[in-house]
Amino acid sequence: MKNFKIIVLAKQVPDTRNVGKDAMKEDGTVNRAVLPAIFNPEDLNALEQALRIKDKYPGSTVTLLTMGPPRAAEIIREGLYRGADNGYLLTDRAFAGSDTLATSYALSRAIMKIGDFDFILAGRQAIDGDTAQVGPQVAEKLGVPQVTYAEEIVDIKKNKAVVRRRLEKGVETVESVFPLLITVTGTAPACRPRNAKLIMKYKRATTISERQNVSEDYIFMYDDRPFLNLPEWNVGDIEAEPERLGLSGSPTKVKKVENVVFQAKEAKVLEADNQSIEWLMKELISNHTLG
Amino acid sequence: MDNLFVICELENGTIADISLELLTKGRKLADQLGCKQEALIIGHKLKGLEKEAFDYGADVVWLADDARLEHYTTLPYTSIAVELFRQEKPQVALLGATSYGRDLGPRVSSALSSGLTADCTALEIGEHTDKRAGKTYKNLLLQIRPAFGGNIIATIINPEHKPQMATVREGVMKMEKCKEPRSGEVKKVDVDKFVRPEDFVVNVIERHMEESGVNLKGAPVIISGGYGVGSKENFEMLYQFAELIGAEVGASRAAVDAGFAEHDRQIGQTGVTVRPKLYIACGISGQVQHIAGMQESAMVISVNNDQEAPINKIADYAILGNVEDVIPKMIKYYKENSK
Repeated sequence: MKNFKIIVLAKQVPDTRNVGKDAMKEDGTVNRAVLPAIFNPEDLNALEQALRIKDKYPGSTVTLLTMGPPRAAEIIREGLYRGADNGYLLTDRAFAGSDTLATSYALSRAIMKIGDFDFILAGRQAIDGDTAQVGPQVAEKLGVPQVTYAEEIVDIKKNKAVVRRRLEKGVETVESVFPLLITVTGTAPACRPRNAKLIMKYKRATTISERQNVSEDYIFMYDDRPFLNLPEWNVGDIEAEPERLGLSGSPTKVKKVENVVFQAKEAKVLEADNQSIEWLMKELISNHTLG
Repeated sequence: MDNLFVICELENGTIADISLELLTKGRKLADQLGCKQEALIIGHKLKGLEKEAFDYGADVVWLADDARLEHYTTLPYTSIAVELFRQEKPQVALLGATSYGRDLGPRVSSALSSGLTADCTALEIGEHTDKRAGKTYKNLLLQIRPAFGGNIIATIINPEHKPQMATVREGVMKMEKCKEPRSGEVKKVDVDKFVRPEDFVVNVIERHMEESGVNLKGAPVIISGGYGVGSKENFEMLYQFAELIGAEVGASRAAVDAGFAEHDRQIGQTGVTVRPKLYIACGISGQVQHIAGMQESAMVISVNNDQEAPINKIADYAILGNVEDVIPKMIKYYKENSK
């Protein structure tokens, strides 16, 4: 039976869904330090789709690829705990300030270095930027077709994949040749939980930077168990052109960032008694707001 | 050269509202820039659509008409937009922030190495000084969008790359025909010249589009429910009241996430933007992301048992009480007092 090589693009993001007051600084910028860093939710949906292919076609491999600061290795471990086979961390100061175009260039270089693939899966968008651009831009740079807003990989035939997409006003099923890049929406099935055995297996998996802090006693493990070594790549490793990365490789610039301020009004406060509500309804009817 | 392009999306054989919104806005931007507005329509059996594009402010309409383009697929549509832009060199290109524009836009921007800003809620023309380089750019497209889960508003520019590309959220810009009757130039895109046979490797095999019965954008009165409504059953009250007064029912993201209301009723940054003459917010606390989608309502009534709820800061009337007590009273006194 056929097996497939799958790459999952994942991002570690600040949890913007629950931004409390302390997360906003006086100047209207976000204090990222107080927000927990999480596995981007839709990337987990993408990982689940990848793992389902692996369930169905044993021998398939799921490789995670993430770009970010050294601590982003955390989400590679998260992926390994759920059933991914290996993962790469792309980290370099030269990536800082990259917009979606520069990010997609770096990721596409890393994918070329990883080698052959049948599918690249990614979340539709990340909750810190909500742009949904990196997936399609990676696909363009690799010259492969894309299917965005995917909810399920329905079937894989000899040389074609059938994918159901969830659009604003309905569903669409498409058939595409592969290699193919697919972005997955949050309406797709949630990712399976961590597996206890895999946690035991991978909890000491680290990148070389993280290993600076590991005690001497454990270092021997990384020779015996190569799967505990999470590869970490920099600009030189992926043979990227430095001017296409970071700020210089980013056509979009942030001109200004503002806190969201609304025009405050002085609300007339009414109690919920019969009299007040009758008065209000009469008022709305007489000034033709209603009826 | 140097014109403003709108890539128009089709819905049921006509130009989608979002694209008409973009043409309306694009007209104003083109006037400010002193350039023409051009519309690109890709599909099949497009004859006659140019008229609508002219009505909403296009000077030139490009038609890419081919049986193979009947349904949107990424690759051939990308080839057409990319090759046409290489030929025409627009300074600005706009698309809707729909599944169409958010699939096509990034692919096109990657091929052209131009900047793209997603999900804009406002577009302006302005200048920018890069202090470090000592350079001033005039007539840039200022692309304004919520960021970081809607908690901040960022202004993005693409000073050095053209076209300056942006996708724009549906419903945030007004859709208005030009006052004077207009016409313009129709140009045919030579599809075979731009599209390669290998672009047709993805096929749509099935489509189920549901005609949504919900029309939030056009509703004069909206009764909107939040998490504080408490349950799907309690939402029934809102539907009853809405039917009585000819309103539409909306919902906050929290209510939709909780399964109280369908997704197409969601109002806010990740939903529809509305500006009715009356907005009744029931059990909605008023997170930034919701308020951004309804703050232009002419009048806001909030029903909430928490006087400190942020929604009350932008409300005209704040009724302090539980939704399940207040709505039946509103229904009762409306019935008693209307005619």
